[in-house]
Amino acid sequence: MRRIGRLAGQCVLALSVRTLTALVLCAWLTSTAAWAQEVLPVPPLAGRVIDQTATLSTPQVAALDAKLAAFEAQAGPQIVLLLVPATAPEDIASYAQRVADIWKIGRRAVGDGVLVVVAKNERAVRIEVAKALEGAIPDLAARQIIDRAIVPAFRTDDYAGGLNAGVDQLIARINGESLPAPRAGGPTGAQPTGLPLQEMGMFLFVGVLAVGGLLSAIFGRKLASVFTAVAAGGAAWWLGAGVLMALGAAVATVVVVGVLGVGTVVKIIAMTAGRGGGGGGGGGGFSSGGGGDFGGGGASGRW
Amino acid sequence: MLRRALALATLSATLLLGGCGYNDFQRLDEQVKSAWSEVLNQYQRRSDLIPNIVATVKGEANFEQETLTKVVEARAKATSIQATPELVNNPEAFKKFQAAQGELSGALSRLLVVSENYPNLKANQGFQDLRVQLEGTENRITVARGRYVKTVAEYNVLARSFPTNLTAMIFSYPVKENFTVQNEAAISAPPAVTFDKPASK
Repeated sequence: MRRIGRLAGQCVLALSVRTLTALVLCAWLTSTAAWAQEVLPVPPLAGRVIDQTATLSTPQVAALDAKLAAFEAQAGPQIVLLLVPATAPEDIASYAQRVADIWKIGRRAVGDGVLVVVAKNERAVRIEVAKALEGAIPDLAARQIIDRAIVPAFRTDDYAGGLNAGVDQLIARINGESLPAPRAGGPTGAQPTGLPLQEMGMFLFVGVLAVGGLLSAIFGRKLASVFTAVAAGGAAWWLGAGVLMALGAAVATVVVVGVLGVGTVVKIIAMTAGRGGGGGGGGGGFSSGGGGDFGGGGASGRW
Repeated sequence: MLRRALALATLSATLLLGGCGYNDFQRLDEQVKSAWSEVLNQYQRRSDLIPNIVATVKGEANFEQETLTKVVEARAKATSIQATPELVNNPEAFKKFQAAQGELSGALSRLLVVSENYPNLKANQGFQDLRVQLEGTENRITVARGRYVKTVAEYNVLARSFPTNLTAMIFSYPVKENFTVQNEAAISAPPAVTFDKPASK
Protein backbone atom coordinates (compact mmCIF):
# COMPACT_ATOMS: atom_id res chain seq x y z
CA MET A 1 0.00 0.00 0.00
CA ARG A 2 2.81 2.42 0.89
CA ARG A 3 4.52 1.58 -2.35
CA ILE A 4 1.44 2.51 -4.27
CA GLY A 5 1.27 5.82 -2.39
CA ARG A 6 4.86 6.65 -3.16
CA LEU A 7 4.43 5.74 -6.80
CA ALA A 8 1.33 7.86 -6.99
CA GLY A 9 3.22 10.79 -5.48
CA GLN A 10 5.98 10.49 -8.02
CA CYS A 11 3.50 10.23 -10.79
CA VAL A 12 1.61 13.34 -9.77
CA LEU A 13 4.89 15.29 -9.59
CA ALA A 14 5.97 14.08 -13.01
CA LEU A 15 2.55 14.81 -14.38
CA SER A 16 2.52 18.40 -13.19
CA VAL A 17 5.96 19.04 -14.67
CA ARG A 18 4.90 17.64 -18.00
CA THR A 19 1.46 19.16 -18.15
CA LEU A 20 2.58 22.37 -19.81
CA THR A 21 4.59 20.66 -22.51
CA ALA A 22 1.78 18.23 -23.07
CA LEU A 23 -0.73 21.03 -23.50
CA VAL A 24 1.45 22.81 -26.02
CA LEU A 25 1.98 19.54 -27.87
CA CYS A 26 -1.73 18.86 -27.85
CA ALA A 27 -2.56 22.21 -29.40
CA TRP A 28 0.07 21.67 -32.06
CA LEU A 29 -1.08 18.16 -32.86
CA THR A 30 -4.74 19.09 -33.23
CA SER A 31 -3.79 21.88 -35.60
CA THR A 32 -1.74 19.55 -37.79
CA ALA A 33 -4.29 16.75 -37.72
CA ALA A 34 -6.54 18.87 -39.92
CA TRP A 35 -3.96 18.62 -42.68
CA ALA A 36 -4.24 14.88 -42.94
CA GLN A 37 -5.93 13.75 -46.12
CA GLU A 38 -9.55 12.81 -45.68
CA VAL A 39 -10.55 9.26 -46.52
CA LEU A 40 -13.94 8.39 -47.92
CA PRO A 41 -16.35 8.02 -45.00
CA VAL A 42 -18.24 4.77 -44.51
CA PRO A 43 -21.90 5.37 -45.41
CA PRO A 44 -24.68 4.22 -43.10
CA LEU A 45 -25.99 0.77 -43.96
CA ALA A 46 -29.24 1.96 -45.48
CA GLY A 47 -30.14 -1.08 -47.54
CA ARG A 48 -28.84 -4.09 -49.40
CA VAL A 49 -27.99 -2.04 -52.45
CA ILE A 50 -26.38 1.34 -51.81
CA ASP A 51 -25.66 3.31 -54.97
CA GLN A 52 -23.86 6.60 -54.36
CA THR A 53 -23.07 7.04 -58.03
CA ALA A 54 -26.65 7.08 -59.34
CA THR A 55 -25.67 4.41 -61.85
CA LEU A 56 -28.51 2.00 -61.28
CA SER A 57 -32.11 2.92 -61.98
CA THR A 58 -34.67 2.58 -59.23
CA PRO A 59 -36.20 -0.62 -60.69
CA GLN A 60 -32.73 -2.13 -61.03
CA VAL A 61 -31.95 -1.36 -57.38
CA ALA A 62 -35.31 -2.79 -56.36
CA ALA A 63 -34.73 -5.96 -58.38
CA LEU A 64 -31.27 -6.53 -56.91
CA ASP A 65 -32.56 -5.76 -53.45
CA ALA A 66 -35.42 -8.22 -53.88
CA LYS A 67 -33.06 -10.92 -55.05
CA LEU A 68 -30.73 -10.44 -52.09
CA ALA A 69 -33.62 -10.26 -49.65
CA ALA A 70 -35.10 -13.47 -51.02
CA PHE A 71 -31.75 -15.20 -50.72
CA GLU A 72 -31.33 -14.04 -47.14
CA ALA A 73 -34.83 -15.25 -46.27
CA GLN A 74 -34.23 -18.59 -47.92
CA ALA A 75 -30.61 -19.38 -46.97
CA GLY A 76 -29.53 -16.83 -44.37
CA PRO A 77 -26.36 -15.10 -45.58
CA GLN A 78 -26.41 -11.36 -46.12
CA ILE A 79 -25.00 -9.84 -49.30
CA VAL A 80 -24.64 -6.08 -49.65
CA LEU A 81 -23.67 -4.11 -52.76
CA LEU A 82 -22.04 -0.70 -52.40
CA LEU A 83 -21.28 1.58 -55.35
CA VAL A 84 -19.09 4.59 -54.67
CA PRO A 85 -17.54 7.07 -57.11
CA ALA A 86 -13.95 6.57 -55.94
CA THR A 87 -12.08 5.35 -52.88
CA ALA A 88 -8.96 7.52 -53.30
CA PRO A 89 -6.68 8.12 -51.48
CA GLU A 90 -7.32 4.61 -50.18
CA ASP A 91 -6.94 1.41 -52.13
CA ILE A 92 -10.28 -0.29 -52.79
CA ALA A 93 -9.26 -3.26 -50.64
CA SER A 94 -8.59 -1.17 -47.56
CA TYR A 95 -11.73 0.88 -48.06
CA ALA A 96 -13.83 -2.28 -48.43
CA GLN A 97 -12.17 -3.70 -45.33
CA ARG A 98 -13.03 -0.57 -43.37
CA VAL A 99 -16.65 -0.69 -44.51
CA ALA A 100 -16.89 -4.39 -43.70
CA ASP A 101 -15.40 -3.86 -40.27
CA ILE A 102 -18.00 -1.27 -39.43
CA TRP A 103 -21.05 -2.91 -41.00
CA LYS A 104 -20.25 -6.45 -39.87
CA ILE A 105 -22.85 -7.90 -42.22
CA GLY A 106 -23.73 -11.53 -41.64
CA ARG A 107 -25.84 -13.29 -39.07
CA ARG A 108 -24.71 -12.84 -35.50
CA ALA A 109 -24.28 -16.51 -34.77
CA VAL A 110 -22.94 -17.52 -38.17
CA GLY A 111 -21.13 -14.45 -39.44
CA ASP A 112 -21.94 -15.12 -43.08
CA GLY A 113 -21.71 -11.90 -45.03
CA VAL A 114 -20.43 -10.80 -48.41
CA LEU A 115 -19.74 -7.21 -49.39
CA VAL A 116 -19.31 -6.13 -53.00
CA VAL A 117 -17.75 -2.69 -53.45
CA VAL A 118 -17.59 -0.96 -56.82
CA ALA A 119 -15.47 2.18 -57.26
CA LYS A 120 -16.92 3.34 -60.53
CA ASN A 121 -14.55 6.13 -61.54
CA GLU A 122 -11.54 4.05 -60.62
CA ARG A 123 -12.96 1.09 -62.54
CA ALA A 124 -12.27 -1.20 -59.64
CA VAL A 125 -14.43 -3.79 -57.95
CA ARG A 126 -13.87 -5.87 -54.85
CA ILE A 127 -15.66 -8.80 -53.29
CA GLU A 128 -15.08 -8.90 -49.56
CA VAL A 129 -15.85 -12.25 -47.95
CA ALA A 130 -16.45 -12.82 -44.26
CA LYS A 131 -14.40 -15.51 -42.60
CA ALA A 132 -17.41 -17.81 -42.29
CA LEU A 133 -17.79 -17.89 -46.07
CA GLU A 134 -14.12 -18.13 -47.02
CA GLY A 135 -14.65 -21.83 -47.57
CA ALA A 136 -17.58 -21.29 -49.93
CA ILE A 137 -15.94 -18.37 -51.73
CA PRO A 138 -12.16 -18.69 -51.63
CA ASP A 139 -10.11 -15.86 -53.06
CA LEU A 140 -9.75 -17.65 -56.37
CA ALA A 141 -13.50 -18.08 -56.75
CA ALA A 142 -14.06 -14.44 -55.90
CA ARG A 143 -11.53 -13.48 -58.52
CA GLN A 144 -13.18 -15.72 -61.10
CA ILE A 145 -16.59 -14.23 -60.37
CA ILE A 146 -15.11 -10.78 -60.91
CA ASP A 147 -13.24 -11.75 -64.06
CA ARG A 148 -15.95 -13.84 -65.70
CA ALA A 149 -19.25 -12.39 -64.55
CA ILE A 150 -18.80 -8.82 -63.39
CA VAL A 151 -16.01 -7.31 -65.46
CA PRO A 152 -17.25 -8.31 -68.95
CA ALA A 153 -20.60 -6.66 -68.28
CA PHE A 154 -19.01 -3.60 -66.68
CA ARG A 155 -16.86 -3.15 -69.76
CA THR A 156 -20.00 -2.62 -71.80
CA ASP A 157 -21.38 -0.24 -69.15
CA ASP A 158 -23.98 -2.79 -68.10
CA TYR A 159 -23.58 -2.30 -64.38
CA ALA A 160 -26.88 -3.84 -63.32
CA GLY A 161 -26.22 -6.87 -65.52
CA GLY A 162 -22.72 -7.33 -64.09
CA LEU A 163 -23.89 -7.08 -60.53
CA ASN A 164 -26.77 -9.43 -61.22
CA ALA A 165 -24.49 -12.03 -62.75
CA GLY A 166 -22.01 -11.61 -59.91
CA VAL A 167 -24.70 -11.99 -57.26
CA ASP A 168 -26.07 -15.08 -59.03
CA GLN A 169 -22.65 -16.71 -58.91
CA LEU A 170 -22.09 -15.71 -55.29
CA ILE A 171 -25.44 -17.23 -54.39
CA ALA A 172 -24.65 -20.40 -56.32
CA ARG A 173 -21.35 -20.71 -54.47
CA ILE A 174 -22.86 -20.12 -51.05
CA ASN A 175 -25.68 -22.58 -51.78
CA GLY A 176 -23.06 -25.29 -52.10
CA GLU A 177 -22.12 -24.70 -48.48
CA SER A 178 -24.23 -26.14 -45.70
CA LEU A 179 -25.05 -23.24 -43.46
CA PRO A 180 -27.53 -23.18 -40.61
CA ALA A 181 -31.01 -22.42 -41.90
CA PRO A 182 -32.42 -18.97 -41.17
CA ARG A 183 -34.80 -18.69 -38.27
CA ALA A 184 -38.42 -18.86 -39.24
CA GLY A 185 -40.18 -15.50 -39.15
CA GLY A 186 -38.67 -12.11 -38.74
CA PRO A 187 -35.53 -10.69 -40.24
CA THR A 188 -32.31 -12.14 -38.93
CA GLY A 189 -30.93 -8.69 -38.34
CA ALA A 190 -33.23 -7.76 -35.50
CA GLN A 191 -31.79 -9.91 -32.77
CA PRO A 192 -31.45 -8.58 -29.24
CA THR A 193 -27.93 -7.75 -28.23
CA GLY A 194 -28.26 -8.58 -24.54
CA LEU A 195 -27.89 -11.93 -22.83
CA PRO A 196 -30.80 -14.30 -23.05
CA LEU A 197 -33.36 -13.50 -20.39
CA GLN A 198 -33.03 -16.77 -18.51
CA GLU A 199 -29.28 -16.65 -18.24
CA MET A 200 -29.50 -13.08 -17.10
CA GLY A 201 -31.99 -13.92 -14.40
CA MET A 202 -29.83 -16.77 -13.17
CA PHE A 203 -26.76 -14.57 -13.14
CA LEU A 204 -28.53 -11.83 -11.23
CA PHE A 205 -30.00 -14.27 -8.71
CA VAL A 206 -26.61 -15.76 -7.86
CA GLY A 207 -25.05 -12.31 -7.84
CA VAL A 208 -27.69 -10.97 -5.49
CA LEU A 209 -27.16 -13.81 -3.03
CA ALA A 210 -23.39 -13.42 -3.06
CA VAL A 211 -23.26 -9.65 -2.87
CA GLY A 212 -26.16 -9.52 -0.43
CA GLY A 213 -24.48 -11.98 1.88
CA LEU A 214 -21.16 -10.16 1.70
CA LEU A 215 -22.72 -6.76 2.32
CA SER A 216 -24.87 -7.97 5.21
CA ALA A 217 -21.72 -9.16 6.95
CA ILE A 218 -20.35 -5.63 6.75
CA PHE A 219 -23.24 -3.22 7.02
CA GLY A 220 -25.97 -5.27 8.60
CA ARG A 221 -29.07 -6.49 6.88
CA LYS A 222 -30.99 -3.29 6.30
CA LEU A 223 -28.32 -1.21 4.62
CA ALA A 224 -27.08 -4.23 2.72
CA SER A 225 -30.47 -4.87 1.17
CA VAL A 226 -30.62 -1.29 -0.08
CA PHE A 227 -27.18 -1.46 -1.63
CA THR A 228 -27.81 -4.83 -3.17
CA ALA A 229 -31.17 -3.80 -4.55
CA VAL A 230 -29.67 -0.74 -6.19
CA ALA A 231 -26.85 -2.84 -7.58
CA ALA A 232 -29.21 -5.51 -8.89
CA GLY A 233 -31.52 -2.97 -10.50
CA GLY A 234 -28.58 -1.19 -12.04
CA ALA A 235 -27.05 -4.42 -13.28
CA ALA A 236 -30.33 -5.55 -14.83
CA TRP A 237 -30.68 -2.20 -16.58
CA TRP A 238 -27.09 -2.25 -17.71
CA LEU A 239 -27.39 -5.76 -19.08
CA GLY A 240 -30.05 -4.57 -21.44
CA ALA A 241 -33.30 -5.23 -19.62
CA GLY A 242 -36.00 -2.57 -19.77
CA VAL A 243 -36.72 -0.19 -16.91
CA LEU A 244 -39.62 -2.33 -15.75
CA MET A 245 -37.42 -5.42 -15.60
CA ALA A 246 -34.77 -3.51 -13.71
CA LEU A 247 -37.35 -2.29 -11.24
CA GLY A 248 -38.60 -5.83 -10.83
CA ALA A 249 -35.08 -7.01 -10.12
CA ALA A 250 -34.58 -4.27 -7.55
CA VAL A 251 -37.84 -5.00 -5.76
CA ALA A 252 -37.21 -8.72 -5.80
CA THR A 253 -33.81 -8.09 -4.30
CA VAL A 254 -35.31 -6.17 -1.43
CA VAL A 255 -37.51 -9.14 -0.70
CA VAL A 256 -34.61 -11.53 -1.00
CA VAL A 257 -32.04 -9.72 1.06
CA GLY A 258 -34.07 -8.22 3.84
CA VAL A 259 -37.21 -6.49 4.99
CA LEU A 260 -37.41 -2.75 4.54
CA GLY A 261 -39.53 0.33 5.18
CA VAL A 262 -41.71 1.63 2.38
CA GLY A 263 -39.78 4.90 2.15
CA THR A 264 -36.56 3.21 1.14
CA VAL A 265 -38.26 1.12 -1.51
CA VAL A 266 -39.74 4.30 -2.98
CA LYS A 267 -36.27 5.81 -2.98
CA ILE A 268 -34.87 2.81 -4.81
CA ILE A 269 -37.65 2.95 -7.35
CA ALA A 270 -37.01 6.65 -7.86
CA MET A 271 -33.31 6.00 -8.29
CA THR A 272 -33.73 3.22 -10.82
CA ALA A 273 -36.44 5.00 -12.74
CA GLY A 274 -34.28 8.11 -12.85
CA ARG A 275 -31.88 6.42 -15.21
CA GLY A 276 -34.42 6.84 -17.98
CA GLY A 277 -35.71 4.44 -20.56
CA GLY A 278 -33.37 2.88 -23.05
CA GLY A 279 -34.32 0.17 -25.47
CA GLY A 280 -36.05 1.00 -28.69
CA GLY A 281 -36.63 -1.30 -31.60
CA GLY A 282 -35.16 -0.77 -35.04
CA GLY A 283 -37.73 -0.15 -37.73
CA GLY A 284 -38.61 -2.78 -40.26
CA GLY A 285 -36.46 -3.47 -43.27
CA PHE A 286 -32.82 -4.37 -43.49
CA SER A 287 -30.20 -4.23 -40.80
CA SER A 288 -26.88 -5.93 -40.38
CA GLY A 289 -26.81 -9.14 -38.39
CA GLY A 290 -23.64 -7.81 -36.80
CA GLY A 291 -21.79 -11.11 -36.87
CA GLY A 292 -19.62 -10.83 -39.96
CA ASP A 293 -15.90 -10.94 -39.23
CA PHE A 294 -13.95 -9.87 -42.29
CA GLY A 295 -10.32 -10.90 -42.23
CA GLY A 296 -9.31 -9.66 -45.66
CA GLY A 297 -10.60 -12.55 -47.73
CA GLY A 298 -11.94 -11.98 -51.21
CA ALA A 299 -10.45 -10.51 -54.33
CA SER A 300 -10.23 -7.31 -56.32
CA GLY A 301 -10.38 -6.72 -60.02
CA ARG A 302 -10.44 -3.95 -62.58
CA TRP A 303 -12.22 -3.42 -65.82
CA MET B 1 -15.33 -9.76 13.96
CA LEU B 2 -12.93 -11.84 11.95
CA ARG B 3 -15.60 -12.80 9.50
CA ARG B 4 -16.55 -9.20 9.07
CA ALA B 5 -12.97 -8.19 8.37
CA LEU B 6 -12.56 -11.05 5.95
CA ALA B 7 -15.71 -10.07 4.07
CA LEU B 8 -14.55 -6.46 3.96
CA ALA B 9 -11.16 -7.52 2.63
CA THR B 10 -12.73 -9.68 -0.08
CA LEU B 11 -15.04 -6.91 -1.15
CA SER B 12 -12.36 -4.24 -1.23
CA ALA B 13 -9.93 -6.51 -3.08
CA THR B 14 -12.55 -7.22 -5.73
CA LEU B 15 -13.44 -3.57 -6.10
CA LEU B 16 -9.83 -2.36 -6.04
CA LEU B 17 -8.51 -4.89 -8.52
CA GLY B 18 -11.45 -4.29 -10.79
CA GLY B 19 -11.13 -0.54 -10.43
CA CYS B 20 -7.42 -0.25 -11.12
CA GLY B 21 -7.65 -2.10 -14.39
CA TYR B 22 -6.29 -5.48 -13.38
CA ASN B 23 -9.02 -7.28 -15.28
CA ASP B 24 -8.57 -4.99 -18.26
CA PHE B 25 -4.93 -6.02 -18.36
CA GLN B 26 -5.93 -9.66 -18.38
CA ARG B 27 -8.43 -9.11 -21.16
CA LEU B 28 -6.18 -6.97 -23.34
CA ASP B 29 -3.11 -9.11 -22.77
CA GLU B 30 -5.05 -12.09 -24.04
CA GLN B 31 -6.42 -10.08 -26.97
CA VAL B 32 -2.93 -8.98 -27.97
CA LYS B 33 -1.84 -12.60 -27.88
CA SER B 34 -4.66 -13.78 -30.09
CA ALA B 35 -4.18 -10.89 -32.51
CA TRP B 36 -0.53 -11.81 -32.75
CA SER B 37 -1.37 -15.44 -33.35
CA GLU B 38 -3.56 -14.36 -36.24
CA VAL B 39 -0.64 -12.42 -37.71
CA LEU B 40 1.59 -15.49 -37.40
CA ASN B 41 -1.15 -17.61 -38.90
CA GLN B 42 -1.31 -15.45 -42.01
CA TYR B 43 2.48 -15.28 -42.34
CA GLN B 44 2.47 -19.06 -42.20
CA ARG B 45 -0.11 -19.16 -44.95
CA ARG B 46 2.12 -17.04 -47.13
CA SER B 47 5.11 -19.16 -46.33
CA ASP B 48 3.17 -22.25 -47.38
CA LEU B 49 2.26 -20.69 -50.71
CA ILE B 50 5.80 -19.81 -51.71
CA PRO B 51 7.07 -23.31 -52.67
CA ASN B 52 4.24 -23.59 -55.21
CA ILE B 53 5.04 -20.21 -56.67
CA VAL B 54 8.71 -21.01 -56.85
CA ALA B 55 7.99 -24.35 -58.52
CA THR B 56 5.79 -22.69 -61.14
CA VAL B 57 8.27 -19.94 -61.86
CA LYS B 58 11.11 -22.44 -62.11
CA GLY B 59 9.26 -24.07 -65.01
CA GLU B 60 9.76 -20.87 -66.92
CA ALA B 61 13.06 -21.24 -68.76
CA ASN B 62 15.69 -18.56 -68.15
CA PHE B 63 13.74 -16.84 -65.39
CA GLU B 64 15.88 -14.31 -63.52
CA GLN B 65 17.75 -16.63 -61.17
CA GLU B 66 18.73 -13.90 -58.75
CA THR B 67 15.13 -12.91 -58.00
CA LEU B 68 14.12 -16.49 -57.45
CA THR B 69 16.97 -17.33 -55.11
CA LYS B 70 16.27 -14.18 -53.11
CA VAL B 71 12.70 -15.33 -52.47
CA VAL B 72 13.86 -18.79 -51.46
CA GLU B 73 16.52 -17.42 -49.16
CA ALA B 74 14.21 -14.86 -47.58
CA ARG B 75 11.64 -17.56 -46.90
CA ALA B 76 14.23 -19.82 -45.34
CA LYS B 77 15.38 -16.96 -43.15
CA ALA B 78 11.86 -16.02 -42.10
CA THR B 79 10.86 -19.55 -41.22
CA SER B 80 14.07 -20.20 -39.30
CA ILE B 81 12.94 -17.76 -36.61
CA GLN B 82 10.90 -19.50 -33.97
CA ALA B 83 7.61 -17.64 -34.09
CA THR B 84 5.93 -17.97 -30.71
CA PRO B 85 3.31 -15.89 -28.96
CA GLU B 86 6.00 -14.83 -26.49
CA LEU B 87 7.72 -12.96 -29.27
CA VAL B 88 5.50 -10.00 -28.44
CA ASN B 89 7.27 -9.51 -25.12
CA ASN B 90 10.75 -9.68 -26.58
CA PRO B 91 11.44 -6.48 -28.52
CA GLU B 92 14.68 -7.72 -30.04
CA ALA B 93 13.30 -10.98 -31.39
CA PHE B 94 10.19 -9.15 -32.52
CA LYS B 95 12.27 -6.73 -34.58
CA LYS B 96 14.25 -9.57 -36.09
CA PHE B 97 11.11 -11.44 -37.02
CA GLN B 98 9.64 -8.33 -38.58
CA ALA B 99 12.81 -7.68 -40.56
CA ALA B 100 12.80 -11.21 -41.94
CA GLN B 101 9.12 -11.04 -42.94
CA GLY B 102 9.69 -7.61 -44.46
CA GLU B 103 12.55 -8.94 -46.53
CA LEU B 104 10.35 -11.77 -47.74
CA SER B 105 7.63 -9.27 -48.71
CA GLY B 106 10.16 -7.30 -50.71
CA ALA B 107 11.55 -10.36 -52.48
CA LEU B 108 8.06 -11.58 -53.33
CA SER B 109 6.86 -8.30 -54.77
CA ARG B 110 10.02 -8.12 -56.83
CA LEU B 111 9.29 -11.60 -58.14
CA LEU B 112 5.79 -10.58 -59.15
CA VAL B 113 7.05 -7.47 -60.91
CA VAL B 114 9.70 -9.43 -62.78
CA SER B 115 7.17 -12.10 -63.76
CA GLU B 116 5.35 -9.46 -65.80
CA ASN B 117 8.20 -9.65 -68.29
CA TYR B 118 7.51 -13.29 -69.08
CA PRO B 119 4.55 -13.73 -71.44
CA ASN B 120 4.42 -17.45 -70.78
CA LEU B 121 4.00 -16.88 -67.06
CA LYS B 122 1.32 -14.29 -67.66
CA ALA B 123 -0.56 -16.79 -69.76
CA ASN B 124 -0.02 -19.59 -67.24
CA GLN B 125 -3.36 -20.04 -65.44
CA GLY B 126 -1.72 -21.87 -62.56
CA PHE B 127 0.64 -18.99 -61.92
CA GLN B 128 -2.16 -16.44 -62.16
CA ASP B 129 -4.18 -18.43 -59.63
CA LEU B 130 -1.22 -18.53 -57.28
CA ARG B 131 -0.89 -14.79 -57.71
CA VAL B 132 -4.49 -14.25 -56.65
CA GLN B 133 -3.93 -16.43 -53.60
CA LEU B 134 -0.77 -14.58 -52.70
CA GLU B 135 -2.58 -11.29 -53.10
CA GLY B 136 -5.34 -12.47 -50.80
CA THR B 137 -2.81 -13.65 -48.26
CA GLU B 138 -0.94 -10.36 -48.28
CA ASN B 139 -4.28 -8.69 -47.77
CA ARG B 140 -5.04 -10.89 -44.80
CA ILE B 141 -1.62 -10.15 -43.36
CA THR B 142 -2.39 -6.45 -43.64
CA VAL B 143 -5.71 -6.88 -41.85
CA ALA B 144 -4.20 -9.07 -39.13
CA ARG B 145 -1.39 -6.58 -38.60
CA GLY B 146 -3.87 -3.72 -38.48
CA ARG B 147 -5.87 -5.50 -35.79
CA TYR B 148 -2.74 -6.27 -33.84
CA VAL B 149 -1.67 -2.62 -33.99
CA LYS B 150 -5.05 -1.52 -32.67
CA THR B 151 -5.10 -4.05 -29.84
CA VAL B 152 -1.57 -3.22 -28.77
CA ALA B 153 -2.38 0.48 -28.86
CA GLU B 154 -5.33 -0.12 -26.55
CA TYR B 155 -3.18 -2.22 -24.24
CA ASN B 156 -0.34 0.29 -24.22
CA VAL B 157 -2.64 3.20 -23.44
CA LEU B 158 -3.85 1.27 -20.42
CA ALA B 159 -0.29 0.36 -19.42
CA ARG B 160 0.88 3.97 -19.62
CA SER B 161 -2.00 6.06 -18.38
CA PHE B 162 -2.68 6.90 -14.77
CA PRO B 163 -3.70 5.17 -12.51
CA THR B 164 -3.56 1.87 -14.40
CA ASN B 165 0.17 2.33 -14.99
CA LEU B 166 0.63 1.58 -11.27
CA THR B 167 -1.17 -1.71 -11.74
CA ALA B 168 1.04 -2.40 -14.73
CA MET B 169 4.14 -1.68 -12.64
CA ILE B 170 3.10 -3.82 -9.72
CA PHE B 171 1.98 -6.81 -11.77
CA SER B 172 4.66 -6.20 -14.41
CA TYR B 173 2.69 -5.63 -17.57
CA PRO B 174 5.24 -3.84 -19.74
CA VAL B 175 4.39 -1.75 -22.76
CA LYS B 176 4.25 -4.08 -25.75
CA GLU B 177 6.13 -3.81 -29.00
CA ASN B 178 4.19 -2.57 -32.02
CA PHE B 179 4.86 -2.75 -35.74
CA THR B 180 7.20 -0.28 -37.31
CA VAL B 181 8.40 0.00 -40.86
CA GLN B 182 11.93 -1.14 -41.51
CA ASN B 183 12.93 1.69 -43.79
CA GLU B 184 11.15 4.72 -42.45
CA ALA B 185 13.54 7.15 -44.10
CA ALA B 186 13.17 5.51 -47.48
CA ILE B 187 9.38 5.67 -47.32
CA SER B 188 9.11 9.27 -46.20
CA ALA B 189 11.45 10.49 -48.92
CA PRO B 190 9.53 11.21 -52.12
CA PRO B 191 10.53 8.85 -54.92
CA ALA B 192 12.71 10.34 -57.62
CA VAL B 193 10.93 10.19 -60.94
CA THR B 194 13.11 10.68 -64.00
CA PHE B 195 12.22 10.03 -67.59
CA ASP B 196 15.51 10.62 -69.34
CA LYS B 197 17.04 7.24 -68.71
CA PRO B 198 15.72 3.74 -68.07
CA ALA B 199 15.22 3.15 -64.37
CA SER B 200 18.00 1.12 -62.87
CA LYS B 201 16.73 -1.39 -60.37
